[in-house]
Amino acid sequence: MTDALLTGADASTEVPLKRRLRRAERTRQVKALALVLPLLVFLLFTFAGPIAGMLWRAVDDREVRQVLPQTVAALADWDGKDLPDEKAFAALAGDILAARTSGTIAIAAKRLNYALNGFRTILTSTARNLKAVPEPGTARETLGKINPAWRDRATWATIKDASGPVTGFYLLGALDLVRNVDGAVVAAPADQAIYRNVFTRTFIISLSVTVLCLILGFPVAYLLATLPPGRSNLLMIFVLLPFWTSLLVRTCAWIVLLQSKGVVNDSLHWLGIIDEPLRLIYNRFGVCVAMTHVLLPFMILPLYSSMKAISPAYMRAAASLGAPPVTAFLRIYLPQTLPGIGAGSLLVFILALGYYITPALVGGAADQMISYFIALYTTETANWGLASALGAVLLLATVLLALVYGKLVQGQQVTGGMKN
Amino acid sequence: MLKRKIVLGFAAALTASAALVTVAQARDLTVVSWGGAYQDAQKKVYFEPFKKAAGVAMNDESWDGGIGVLRAKVQGGAATWDLVQVESDELAVGCEEGLFEKLDYSKIGGESAYMPPSVNPCGVGAIVYDFVLGYDKDKLKDAPNGWADFFDTKKIPGKRALRQGPKTTLEIALMADGVAPKDVYKVLATDEGVERAFKKLDTIKGDLVWWKAGAQPPQLLASGEVAMTSVYNGRIDTANKKEKKNFGMVWDGALFTLDSWVILKGSPNKDAAYKFLDFAGKAENQSKLSENIAYGTSNKDAAALIPAAVLKDLPTAPDNIKNAVEINVAFWLENIDRLTERFNKWAAK
Repeated sequence: MTDALLTGADASTEVPLKRRLRRAERTRQVKALALVLPLLVFLLFTFAGPIAGMLWRAVDDREVRQVLPQTVAALADWDGKDLPDEKAFAALAGDILAARTSGTIAIAAKRLNYALNGFRTILTSTARNLKAVPEPGTARETLGKINPAWRDRATWATIKDASGPVTGFYLLGALDLVRNVDGAVVAAPADQAIYRNVFTRTFIISLSVTVLCLILGFPVAYLLATLPPGRSNLLMIFVLLPFWTSLLVRTCAWIVLLQSKGVVNDSLHWLGIIDEPLRLIYNRFGVCVAMTHVLLPFMILPLYSSMKAISPAYMRAAASLGAPPVTAFLRIYLPQTLPGIGAGSLLVFILALGYYITPALVGGAADQMISYFIALYTTETANWGLASALGAVLLLATVLLALVYGKLVQGQQVTGGMKN
Repeated sequence: MLKRKIVLGFAAALTASAALVTVAQARDLTVVSWGGAYQDAQKKVYFEPFKKAAGVAMNDESWDGGIGVLRAKVQGGAATWDLVQVESDELAVGCEEGLFEKLDYSKIGGESAYMPPSVNPCGVGAIVYDFVLGYDKDKLKDAPNGWADFFDTKKIPGKRALRQGPKTTLEIALMADGVAPKDVYKVLATDEGVERAFKKLDTIKGDLVWWKAGAQPPQLLASGEVAMTSVYNGRIDTANKKEKKNFGMVWDGALFTLDSWVILKGSPNKDAAYKFLDFAGKAENQSKLSENIAYGTSNKDAAALIPAAVLKDLPTAPDNIKNAVEINVAFWLENIDRLTERFNKWAAK
């Protein structure tokens, strides 16, 4: 269009016109940007900033540097093969004495204890029993006497590995990996390797809940979309009412229903169907039931809006062309609801991934999802590095899934099942 | 015209926010405790009388614990709390991390006024409380005698509840397996001891339910979901007094610990906070708290003022503390992460 204009015009006006056009474009862009700027700034501060902060915490490792600066410097060129030399021992003794005066010893002890259980005691007992700066040349002997752990290469390797300023320690830990004494990445000891299992569990529970929501939500959404307005509005209220009820209230209601002397078990017992109460709660079953109930509206609403847009004429046309009901549904109706199915499933799945309250209250110890561990390390043990690393892994997995989903539904034009 | 309006509005907004900031700095003393029946008792005997007596404006909030919460408050630089009641491990870690003010005991009656375990440079003891074995007398024909019965599903059928996680759970398992209360941490410090505890837990794994908040155990007993549970002793007492329940508890092999008051670092209300601590540390005020909820006191002279009928139900009564174990803070600071992972590994099997 502009090309056509430009070829007709002479060269002298061509540039200004182009430039004018660009200028007009730019003003429009600036205006658009100005309109979204408040939201952008808000998101930057409340969303992007904290996430960046969390990712940074997962690799930040400066505690040991701050408390034991001379030791970290002395170990910089240690090859890790034998015990470090006298210089490192002397540096450590100096650092410990300085840290004892400033009362910071526990900060390093805490960080080192994550990597080597028992380090807290090693460091605090050394700080307690080290009376004064050892005579030159005797630091190794003195420290070894106070605590034999200083004669062990692993103790020093732990300090070197925690020298910072950044570390992969927490991220490795979130994937059940550790660095051994020689610095090679190996699997964590069997009795501490839990996070892969927990991530798997989290994804399995989320997937089960998504599938259950789809199976239960699809017919309801269909009913809502096809009933006459009066009755469908009434049904819609039934869908939305739980949606507006507090999550905690709904979860506690399930406890009342499902416990061994709860409504469900008592009714079944009264009907003579069971003698012993069924275990419906504090296990995987209870978690799936309660979470499905809580997340169902998130599936129904997108499905409903996509079904509302489908004209009934399509199905009538299919029937008049001789398609049996099942074929017509599979080839004509279902493909048109795919965007709704996709949106609902993704919404439910991603919400389920981060669930905390419901599994915490109605799940057993083996049903705690990753959020439980993130909360535990954030508030209770204050191991923020590990909490951030677990969060980072969860974020990465979620983003990857969303991308895969995006690829899958891309080009899924609503074609009524016809090949395009 | 419009521009001027905008400028004016902007200026007004600035003044308003500046006013808000000053309000935030000159806020009232804020005291934070554990909520529920316990905080109701504190309101009655500490907060309200203190407001009247000292003429200091204060308000109280509640929290669910967690050193991470305090760290975020203090490091965030906008701590809205002054005095917080913390558990012993929170006290230890917070003190190490410099989250609390060092206490000046001369302002709160001197160190000699308190029981030795409740005197800490960063905090002063508030109460002593227990994890006990709780059960419903109306539902159990023969009462359990201790943790061994807790693990005996033949003698007493039904499910049991414990606090989720390794802390308290492993100690209880060892005592049930015959370890004397005084040796619990000695045994738990060895790998064999940890194995032994998990092996014991294996024997009733299918019958275990896990609780997370202090309000859950009485609930689980009341609904008949479990036959026995570990529970804070004060909750049992309150359920019996206020809700007319008939719960029983076993003091033998109970795990006791103490809570302390701390002043958060950089609190703008330090003077008022000290006034409150002095008030809440006085023997005559502490004795009233024990009469309202069955927790032990930190002031040396408080026990003498408590009626004998109340005294016998407190964690600090000689008969009750005789066979109790103090939860070992140092042990858990060192091992909580490792044993939490271990516990969850076991739970997932």
